[in-house]
Amino acid sequence: MTEGFQAETPEQVAEAVRWAVSSDTPLALRGNGSKSALGRATDAHTVLDLSRLAGISLYEPEELVMTAGVGTRLADIEAALKENNQQLAFEPPFWTSLLGANEEPTIGGVMACNLAGPRRYKAGAARDHLLGVQGVTGRGDAIKTGGRVVKNVTGYDLCKLAAGSYGTLLAMTEVTFKVLPAAEKARTFLLMGLSPADAVKALGDAARSPHEVSGLAYLPDRAAARSAVEYVSATGQSVTAVRVEGPGPSVEYRCGALRDMFADIQVEELHSRNTRTLWREIGEVAPLMDAPVIWRLSVPPAEGAAVAAALSAQGAEALLFDWAGGLIWLGMASLAADQAAAVRADVDRVGGHATLIRADEALRAVVPVFHPQPAALAALSRRVKDSFDPHHILNRGRMVPETG
Amino acid sequence: MQMPEPDKKVLAQRGSLVAALRNVVPPDSVIADEQALKAFECDGLTAYRQPPMIAVLPETVDQVAEVLKLCQDRGVKVVPRGAGTSLSGGALPLADGVLLTMTKFNRILEVDFDNRCAVVQPGVTNLAITNAVQDEGFYYAPDPSSQIACTIGGNVAENSGGVHCLKYGLTTNNILGLQVVLMDGTVLRLGGKHLDSEGYDLIGLMTGSEGLLGVVTEVTVRLLRAPETARALLIGFPSNEAGGDCVAKIIAAGIIPAGLEMMDRFAIQAAEEFCQPGYPMDAESLLIVELDGPDAEVEYLVSQVRGIADACGALSIRVSESEDERLNFWAGRKNAFPAIGRLSPDYYCMDGTIPRHKLPLVLTRMAEMSRHYGLRVANVFHAGDGNLHPLILYDANNPGELEKAEDFGSDILKLCVEVGGVLTGEHGVGVEKRDLMGAMFSEEDLNQQQRVKCAFDPDGYLNPGKVFPVLHRCAELGRMHINRGQMPFPDLPRF
Repeated sequence: MTEGFQAETPEQVAEAVRWAVSSDTPLALRGNGSKSALGRATDAHTVLDLSRLAGISLYEPEELVMTAGVGTRLADIEAALKENNQQLAFEPPFWTSLLGANEEPTIGGVMACNLAGPRRYKAGAARDHLLGVQGVTGRGDAIKTGGRVVKNVTGYDLCKLAAGSYGTLLAMTEVTFKVLPAAEKARTFLLMGLSPADAVKALGDAARSPHEVSGLAYLPDRAAARSAVEYVSATGQSVTAVRVEGPGPSVEYRCGALRDMFADIQVEELHSRNTRTLWREIGEVAPLMDAPVIWRLSVPPAEGAAVAAALSAQGAEALLFDWAGGLIWLGMASLAADQAAAVRADVDRVGGHATLIRADEALRAVVPVFHPQPAALAALSRRVKDSFDPHHILNRGRMVPETG
Repeated sequence: MQMPEPDKKVLAQRGSLVAALRNVVPPDSVIADEQALKAFECDGLTAYRQPPMIAVLPETVDQVAEVLKLCQDRGVKVVPRGAGTSLSGGALPLADGVLLTMTKFNRILEVDFDNRCAVVQPGVTNLAITNAVQDEGFYYAPDPSSQIACTIGGNVAENSGGVHCLKYGLTTNNILGLQVVLMDGTVLRLGGKHLDSEGYDLIGLMTGSEGLLGVVTEVTVRLLRAPETARALLIGFPSNEAGGDCVAKIIAAGIIPAGLEMMDRFAIQAAEEFCQPGYPMDAESLLIVELDGPDAEVEYLVSQVRGIADACGALSIRVSESEDERLNFWAGRKNAFPAIGRLSPDYYCMDGTIPRHKLPLVLTRMAEMSRHYGLRVANVFHAGDGNLHPLILYDANNPGELEKAEDFGSDILKLCVEVGGVLTGEHGVGVEKRDLMGAMFSEEDLNQQQRVKCAFDPDGYLNPGKVFPVLHRCAELGRMHINRGQMPFPDLPRF
């Protein structure tokens, strides 16, 4: 992709889209480009660069709200929040190594891809924190939806559609989102040497406990061996990790309670710095980094181990569980089309979806990146797309191939 | 309030439609008797009344699909209804419409503790879900005040909140899956027991769509483990400013209370007279702060909040020492509407949301409006999330007073939008706030919302007359004027 436009104002975004409609030129929407390898490769070859729509225009810590241009770097947002001991509670991952990207992720990309990390299980995904959106439809209309307050049922919640639409509905220009206090203290409770089935059971017990855990992951021995946290890598065993966050006295108490719950298992505890390192590794899928092909599966949490067992028959070489077993990361050496169908069949048996996150462009052109939908749902999704973007100007083909 | 003109052709086929519906659902599930239909003439917004042409009470998903398809084929409008507790007229029937009443869908289909979720039919009440799982220590978090009566299907339609949504989220944050029937009879499954949709988030779109996109026939809700303890603080302040300041400082200290409610002087006194919860009668504003979690956490946070309240000039601080006392603190707040209702023949409940720091300004302006209209107003406020419920007192028997109350309400909601807030935080637009949508949205904004509606219901048969002030035909909305070649190049930096 060599040619394109760089918009500096929302008006210019609208102007570019109207031009694109009039000349039937599909546009590839782009922030800094760190998520270019995520999703299908778009059929559009003219870039509309939104990275200059950057900057935090509103941040009111006491109101728990921030507004920023879509091109604002995620790192800048996190730095501003940190000054006030706040954070994006959904723990958005960067996924730069995962996707082989060198660019700085932007908040627009985080929202457009609905990214969320390990804390998603407790705190929700990006979509749960997105309060308001300004953007331009594929018709060239500048619209807004939502607002700057958490409680708002005025009109349809089009923010939910914008989140996770990979730029196929709206060229977002500005987003308003909820921010939350960062926890005073964080600890991670490690259970050593569990099998995947026992780990999912233990994680489920922790999730069902009243201890408000905020991270529930499982690293098989090979994944654990790759951690930069010595307590995790040096054991030579699998590691089941449970994170507890909150005010100091509360964290102390809950760690004690978890210790009692798992009295018959060998345990370790990680303090703040190691906790940060470990959960960043999990969110960034670091333990699977060498795998040429990486899948992300969302399934009912209690089914995690059974699905993983079935997947090992499909050539799964490396595994990582997050979200108490509800999120399975799966690494493979290679992928044939029939293997992909088998992975999806394993997921369909329990309900959920499988997304091909890391694969070269040729593979992503032949294997559906996103989980194929039943015909009636796919048809409705297409009608929703058409309602925003009748000529498929925005990121054409990024989610599903064009038909007809 | 103008509703769509009844279609004479539809009214003329009433008899044959009743017969056709009785082929789809059991005959006694089709209500056509005029006396019986009167029972459905309004929802919680009683100022508007209109009996439906016919009411149907289906029992199965197939029946819902067949009823909808039959109505679409015959060009008949359909209004879905749960328990009819809407405060915005979302379930107001149409004179030429079928009222689709979902109360027979009243079963909890599955409780799955392993996956921390429950699969329920839409006619199950909000509270019934919690009742079904509380013995195991679980609950369903969103708790609208009407939770004893309102149904989960209605909660999905309105994206209901409650007093605990600051910490635990709204309906939209607590739903994992839906089964939905479209107007043409198509049955869809969205989501399930796993997290996050793949493809467009149609669950998020359906939630809060006020029954205009599809009929919900099954809901998978997330269950939460109940906290070990909850304690509440009752704090009186000499002014609304001091109360508001305390709320801001609690949140700035990094504390997200499970509940954070504020009442003004009028509401405090009405509640005290009504049920004697022991509210401080010298206070201009009252805060109820609820903290939950393990004992150690609650104790720690109670002392922090107490310190903040002292620093903000609190007149009185009480901390609940028992579960009974905690519930008693809440009793006044939860009964605020009937308590205030007792002081007046009628009251009108508003539902705007504002950026929290605008509260003193909004209350001052509201007092001016109250003098201007000559109507009293009491305020209860979900202070944590900025959702304001002014209750306007009026007497419908005095000619012109209902209209005055409505004008007063409109002025309040426009003020909410003016200070950066929204028209409705949790009650929905319905018919009530339909004509105010232009105060918040441009024509382009509203047209795009209606185009989304067209993707689900291209003929506009499902719950028309709600939410949108002007109804456009889908063909008209879909039209696009493209001037090919007229705009050779955008005037943008290129690379």
